[in-house]
Amino acid sequence: MLQRGIWQVVRVLSCLALIVGAVGCGAKSEQEVRLGVNAELTGSKPTVGDSCKKAMELLAEQINQQGGLKVGERQIPLKLFIEDNEDKAESAAAAAQKLISQNNVLAVIGPNASGNAIPAARICEDSGVIMISPWSTNPKTTEGKKYIFRACFIDDFQGQVMAKFARQHLKADTAAVLYDVASEYNKGIAEFFKQFFEADGGKVVAFASYTTGDKDFSSQLTTIKAAAPQVLFLPNYYNEVPLQVKQARNQGLSCAIIGSDSWGSQELLTLGGADLEGSFFSTHYAPDIATPKAQEFIKAYEAKYGKKPDDVAALTYDAGLLLCNAITQAGSLDRTKVRDTLAQVREFEGVTGKMTFKGGGDPVKSAVILQVQNGQFKYFASVQP
Amino acid sequence: MSCPVAIALQYLLNALQLGSVYALIALGYSMVYGILTMINFAHGDIFMVGAYLAMWATLFLLGLPLNLPIIFIFLGSLLFTMTLTAALGVSIERLAYRPLRQAPKVSAVITALGVGLFLENFTLATIGPEPRQVPAIIPVQQYSWGGVAFTNVQLLILVVSLILMVLLDTLVRRTLTGMAMRAISYNRVIVPLMGVSVDRIISLTFAIGSAIAGAGGLLYGLAYPVLDPYMGIRIGWWAFIAAVVGGIGNIRGAVLGGYVLGTVEIFTPVLLASSTYRDSVAFSMLLILLIFKPTGLLGRPTVEKV
Amino acid sequence: MKKSNQASERGRLGGWYWTLGSLALLALAWLLPASGIMNLYLQQVLMYVGINIILTLSLNLVNGYMGEFSVGHAGFMAVGAYVAAILTVAVFPRAWGPVVFPLALIMGGLAAALAGLVVAFPSFRTRGDYLAIVTLAFNMIVKSILENINAVGGPRGYMGMSKLSNLVWVVFWVLVTLLVLRNVIYSNLGRGIIAIREDELAANLVSVNTPRLKIYAFCLSAFFAGVAGGLYAHLLQFINPRSFSILKSTDMLVMVYLGGIGSLAGSILGASLYTILMELLRPLELWRWVVGPLLLVLLMIFRPTGIMGLKEVRWLQPTASEETGWGKVARRS
Repeated sequence: MLQRGIWQVVRVLSCLALIVGAVGCGAKSEQEVRLGVNAELTGSKPTVGDSCKKAMELLAEQINQQGGLKVGERQIPLKLFIEDNEDKAESAAAAAQKLISQNNVLAVIGPNASGNAIPAARICEDSGVIMISPWSTNPKTTEGKKYIFRACFIDDFQGQVMAKFARQHLKADTAAVLYDVASEYNKGIAEFFKQFFEADGGKVVAFASYTTGDKDFSSQLTTIKAAAPQVLFLPNYYNEVPLQVKQARNQGLSCAIIGSDSWGSQELLTLGGADLEGSFFSTHYAPDIATPKAQEFIKAYEAKYGKKPDDVAALTYDAGLLLCNAITQAGSLDRTKVRDTLAQVREFEGVTGKMTFKGGGDPVKSAVILQVQNGQFKYFASVQP
Repeated sequence: MSCPVAIALQYLLNALQLGSVYALIALGYSMVYGILTMINFAHGDIFMVGAYLAMWATLFLLGLPLNLPIIFIFLGSLLFTMTLTAALGVSIERLAYRPLRQAPKVSAVITALGVGLFLENFTLATIGPEPRQVPAIIPVQQYSWGGVAFTNVQLLILVVSLILMVLLDTLVRRTLTGMAMRAISYNRVIVPLMGVSVDRIISLTFAIGSAIAGAGGLLYGLAYPVLDPYMGIRIGWWAFIAAVVGGIGNIRGAVLGGYVLGTVEIFTPVLLASSTYRDSVAFSMLLILLIFKPTGLLGRPTVEKV
Repeated sequence: MKKSNQASERGRLGGWYWTLGSLALLALAWLLPASGIMNLYLQQVLMYVGINIILTLSLNLVNGYMGEFSVGHAGFMAVGAYVAAILTVAVFPRAWGPVVFPLALIMGGLAAALAGLVVAFPSFRTRGDYLAIVTLAFNMIVKSILENINAVGGPRGYMGMSKLSNLVWVVFWVLVTLLVLRNVIYSNLGRGIIAIREDELAANLVSVNTPRLKIYAFCLSAFFAGVAGGLYAHLLQFINPRSFSILKSTDMLVMVYLGGIGSLAGSILGASLYTILMELLRPLELWRWVVGPLLLVLLMIFRPTGIMGLKEVRWLQPTASEETGWGKVARRS
């Protein structure tokens, strides 16, 4: 009987010790700047998560090599906590909650896809933790929230840019759109493009869609070919666009092809080859006329990973830089202070261009239009918001 | 291009190409189902592995300083891919399904789901998430015939898949092995008593089914030359649907189902004049078909023994 | 005589355990978060566990007890989630949220049950893998329709729900599901449903009205899947069609068969184990989805019927006073 009692006491004590230990671990946050990364490492967009993770690891490595991040008088090293959100809404929310509750992070970078970013943003907002999504273009991610930021422009801006470009530069009167109806990003841009193109006096003669995962677009492309558009807009991901362009050309569709920032990966060129020659797309920055800051990033990224960064990597890097910058400026690891600094950032020069926040979570930044020339992305024009 | 007949022919050609790929993969589902009455959900992922293997094989053969003729490269890759996917199929059966032969059918189905997930994510974790490009073995040549545009690759896909299907059909219907397969699917209890090694025939079925999926992977890579680790999921489900529409367990049914599905996928957006509801309409048609023909197009109505 | 005395005593006790156990669980679900012992992450995971338990239990009714093979349960969940969300966001005033929440969940469940009819009717003639395709098609149709309705956001998803789901509600609904399903399964209705699994033809012969029972089973199952969807929608405060894809359905299948068919305790175990294991494996990052499926395959090889296939723990079986001669059928293994 006595023995049993002793065991009971031991058990209770060890539980207590565990709890105290856990709490103690959480309290050590002054020794390091804890940042969470909530990325799509598995699921349907593994490249996005991979680039996001790589860019953040590069940034952390660079900062820690210099002794850490300057906060007030001290240099504090960065520590990353990387979580996979499987490209699922509930997993993104769980990952965000875990980063906040278990790892006690100061801020979270990611998720990237809006479907994951929106529920994760809700959780970060409720806990008062800063979240910067590098890539979520859905206006609702940041809408009405105080602690949520993004590093990219939103869909309607890009749809407008490309509609204007098609009307004014390509002198197109008729356009066709092929987009992924099951993906919020693609559908958003496609609809804004249609709206602005028609408001500008043009006519969208074919508005065809497919579903994520489709590899055969011949049916839709035949319909598009029959409508004989002067320009074809493909606001789709770079792993799908090469197939679409190839199939379009095989069907004898010879009109100009334009796209959106989701084209912005070197992979597009390796996968698409000659079929893409002469096509235009809007994106965040031009690698060939990049600023010294961007050049430096591209070089470092290539040295570390053996490939050129895509748009997600560049935007993630910018999201991280923005955050680190705000922490240094605020001179404190207090979330509210860092948040307030972040919301007032002016003319911040990142890899993807200049960003200004006007109190809210969406940056004002310009877009560039690139053309594929001789198998390379070439700067064509810049568009101010 | 204005001629409606030409446009209709164009759609039909597209449907045939897509249908061929579905049919090749549906064959594997149907064969395994016929023998084990088990849905091999990992089949789509074997197809994915096949596509990757084919890519590496062609890259290797193209990289040799021998300047091999195109036909040799194509056949070499095909042989290599089919051999390796056959081996993969057989080993999956040995390691994961055979221990479950006496267990409830669904245990094997869930195991298959697990094997599929494993193949996808193992591929993702080991070779990275970047989509890969299949090198063009055959220089694409476009032809235009009365307003119908087609390429030599499309023709090759049609011909090769047709040859494979005829070969398989002959194998199942005219050889002793084929007879054993059909016998096992008819009655698995009696056949061993006739001196047929059930294990050997099952292994063989997996080998053939997987080899055909591998060939499907290679042809698919030619037609849609961008590969990613999750590409098997959608194709796998659609091929499964094709197998069921045709009447699962029936070889000719699987081929028919593949072409029916290809046709539905290509023609519904055309007939609807809007492609956003394609999936709803295509699947509603499937529902209606199954209400009127509950065992698929060529499936035998199951006679329940009392 | 003595035996029946004992039995009735066990029966009463059983009833008491149920009531007390449920109350204790609900109290814990309220106390642990309120007192701050349980952090938000743990709460979140536990709520996922609860929602998954409801889904697994509901799927087990169709796949485990009735022996059909439904692979499209996420479709029912989607219907419930969207209906409940629209009710709390657009129909009722926002301030009423906490009050109308249970009503919204029930309405969501009822809408899902209605959708259950779509699958129930083909199931009269279609069986096995063909019915699997029917359910699969149903799942795809629901997703495709939701993607096309711009009023609920299309692929962008629907939001604006308050965070009405909490641990107490989740635990409450888990208990309700458990109680209802347990009572159904050990009633005449349940015997009929199990008879369909064992031999549909023979069931017909002994005047089991199989079409009617199929409707009941599908609707009941869809109802709880819909309720789980409503809870899910008000937990994440965001839903999009992609969350209810075929992948979600396969997740549910794995949980059902991992826990074991025809077992309520199995469903609870399967859902908890799967959800918690996948959370625990998080540090593996990319390799999590390599190790997880491998564990699943190994488990199926060593325990082909799942953890509790066709077995039931004592406290979920009918208490002795309720016991009829039929009880043995369900417990055979």
